[in-house]
Amino acid sequence: MAILELYVFVLAAFVGYMVISRVPPLLHTPLMAATNAISGISLVGSLIAAGAAHNRVATLLGFVAVICATSNIIGGFLITDRMLKMFQSGKPAKDTKQVGSGAH
Amino acid sequence: MRDTLIQISYLVASVLFILGLRSLTRPDKARRGMQQAAVGMLFAIAGTLLNHTIIDYRWIASGLIIGIVIGYPMGMWVPMTAMPQRIALSLTLSALAATLVGVAEFYTEIASGETPTHMKMAALGFEIMLGSITVGGTIVAAGKLQEWITSKPVTFKGQNAVNALVFLAIIGMFVYSIVDPTQKWAFYTMMAASLVFGVMLVIPIGGADMPVVVALLNSYSGLASCATGFAIGNVILIISGSLDGASGFILSILMSKAMNRSFTNVLFGAFGSDTKAIAGKSSEGLSVRSISVEDAAIQLAYAQLVIVIPGYGMAVAQAQHAVRELTEMIEKRGGEVKFAVHPVAGRMPGHMNVLLAEANVPYDKLYDMDEVNGEFDRADVALVIGANDVVNPAARNDKASPIYGMPILNADHAKSVIVLKRGMSAGFAGIENELFYDRRTSMLFGDAKASLTGLIGEMKNV
Repeated sequence: MAILELYVFVLAAFVGYMVISRVPPLLHTPLMAATNAISGISLVGSLIAAGAAHNRVATLLGFVAVICATSNIIGGFLITDRMLKMFQSGKPAKDTKQVGSGAH
Repeated sequence: MRDTLIQISYLVASVLFILGLRSLTRPDKARRGMQQAAVGMLFAIAGTLLNHTIIDYRWIASGLIIGIVIGYPMGMWVPMTAMPQRIALSLTLSALAATLVGVAEFYTEIASGETPTHMKMAALGFEIMLGSITVGGTIVAAGKLQEWITSKPVTFKGQNAVNALVFLAIIGMFVYSIVDPTQKWAFYTMMAASLVFGVMLVIPIGGADMPVVVALLNSYSGLASCATGFAIGNVILIISGSLDGASGFILSILMSKAMNRSFTNVLFGAFGSDTKAIAGKSSEGLSVRSISVEDAAIQLAYAQLVIVIPGYGMAVAQAQHAVRELTEMIEKRGGEVKFAVHPVAGRMPGHMNVLLAEANVPYDKLYDMDEVNGEFDRADVALVIGANDVVNPAARNDKASPIYGMPILNADHAKSVIVLKRGMSAGFAGIENELFYDRRTSMLFGDAKASLTGLIGEMKNV
């Protein structure tokens, strides 16, 4: 079983490397915000710890972890969206300029 | 059946995450891509809630609600200028979540009388170690970026020796708790030592080196959630953790390349702590030419090509909107404006781009160093706003300079240079900047925002 997980790890790291090395410096801050949001996936582990009712300590630690991970997911995706919206609004300016120069 | 559903939800989430990150290669596609990634996250959460080991939903529900209440303002109300510390803080949260899950897992296994396997202890050990280092490091980094603690390097005698000792202790406890998982003290000592190590790692690092550090901690936090995946046998944690880790890894390599420095040098070099010894060429006998707002406005008004070089000083002065207004006036008069963004300008990767985009500067005017460096030869004015080391020619021609070899923006190739600067203090690295003494350079002293507002006013009269 562990060897399968190792496969997944190596292949995912490979895919990550290929995909992310093509992100332009322009979007490096949104990239960090986006990976932060995605790393909120540790919520998955936190949910199990908080809900499995093994013992008080694990439940409490899981509860705090759920709070941390959820705020990362919500905050992370919202702030990424806010940033990317700004970069999107850069686009029309470029288009109108091109349209404008074409009309002359 | 249930398990299959859960695995399918994870598969969907993984694919959407990867597509979301891929969409970030195109600014116009990125927003939709990341919205799809958010949907993927919903799938993964919904899938997990089906897990049969979850029997009590009360703590989960209240945790989710509190998380949403905290997360919303962190997403919507944090200003763009506070982005570096915001990112550092979210790294703290994600590493903290990974660490707490690891401790809960360890505690549960021990309390139930089982002995965790060596393999599991290795995974838990990595999780706790990397998680705690990240928590300690990012708290200090966020504090420095927010200037709750001094952003100058904090060093003391024997610092590296102390760090080495703490590091050895971590490794020792790590190995020991794998060999004998029942020794709880070893596990918890490792956690505490890692926390201390994280703090010690970032304390000696100065503000301008933060881009490297934040990127590096990002990759640690990714690896910590990867290790969580190994410890609890969860594939989606492994996948997202390695995506996160790869991103941090790539960024930290890019950042240290842009400074021409190795990781070890950034982490253990305490750059700029000994400014007297490394000050390089002294400025004695050289004079600086300062310029009035009126004259600077005239120069800008008649320039064909102006290249703006923003730096951390622009962020501090919150001058990005004034910059945009000024460049629009130059364009209205027929001049061309380009923005030259150095990879390590500011306090995090891409910091300047986000600030300028916020001020509605179209992103096709923002150029990377390699794209724009050839253009300086035909630029009439290089307008340096709160940047210093990234335009210091010493990086090219002074072998004794500590920044020798760092790739810089060729501002000195422009026909004239106008530098907006608060005063004549040296840059972060404590190095004199020859560019400021060049005969083609004029200095416009004062707060960047005030100077820009002055320039805008004068431009109207030209």
